[in-house]
Amino acid sequence: MSIWEYANPRKFLHTSERVMPVLWVSSGLLMAVGLIWGFFFTPDDYRQGSTVKIIFLHVPAALMAINAWFMMLVASLIWVIRRHHVSALAAKAAAPVGIVMTLIALATGAIWGQPMWGTWWAWDPRLTSFLVLFLFYLGYIALWEAIDNPDTAADLTAILCLVGTVFAVLSRYAVNFWNQGLHQGASLSLDEKENVADAFSNPLYVCMVGFGLFFVAMVFYRTGTEIRARRIKALMARERQEA
Amino acid sequence: MLPDLGKYSDTVLSAYAASLVLLALLVVLTLWRGRRVRREMEALEQRMRRDG
Repeated sequence: MSIWEYANPRKFLHTSERVMPVLWVSSGLLMAVGLIWGFFFTPDDYRQGSTVKIIFLHVPAALMAINAWFMMLVASLIWVIRRHHVSALAAKAAAPVGIVMTLIALATGAIWGQPMWGTWWAWDPRLTSFLVLFLFYLGYIALWEAIDNPDTAADLTAILCLVGTVFAVLSRYAVNFWNQGLHQGASLSLDEKENVADAFSNPLYVCMVGFGLFFVAMVFYRTGTEIRARRIKALMARERQEA
Repeated sequence: MLPDLGKYSDTVLSAYAASLVLLALLVVLTLWRGRRVRREMEALEQRMRRDG
């Protein structure tokens, strides 16, 4: 068995439909458990008070915003190199999920920043690179919608994805590249002094896995929809030709 | 029912509300479009089979 078998739309649909119920249920459960645990059963932080509970949404959403872009990059490269339509459609399907994750990260960050930093927004390296990533997501989705020929759209969005990857990398490592700005370093670290306390990190891990599975479930479902939408176009074109 | 969020209750609750609304919108729109496209494809395939 090879991964390239899933380049066949029928095989992809068949397998994803079998896997999706497990993904929906496990992601829903993990997100619910992680968020309820984080919201109801974690203590206040000694400096940030109860605002620390925002971490259970902010960090997983930010993580998925960046990872969604990397997934789109891999799928786009597969399209460019091997011309598998399913991978181009998977990249297209992931973008709206990625943009929602970016929006959640930006919104929760602004709401959290107001009482902690005294401002909703600062032109800090991490915040700014995240805003640019959001704009890249918008551009990517708009480009797919703007071009009629799906193969041309896949080619051009793949190039845009490659360029946007610079900002996806910056979003993750901006704090390390420029030691300035308001945003703190990574919340989770192998260094015990840097890492958040276990009381927060354990529910945070659960939320991160939940968000990750949610992303996979959404991408599988949305890719299925894109495959069907493409088939509709092909069938309609055939019908017009025969008429 | 709600934990005591102190003076930051508005901040925490608005962050949760905004995020859950965005996630719910994403799921609802995704399922709505998915079902619509599936129905459309099945109808088209049926029509093409019928018309030969």
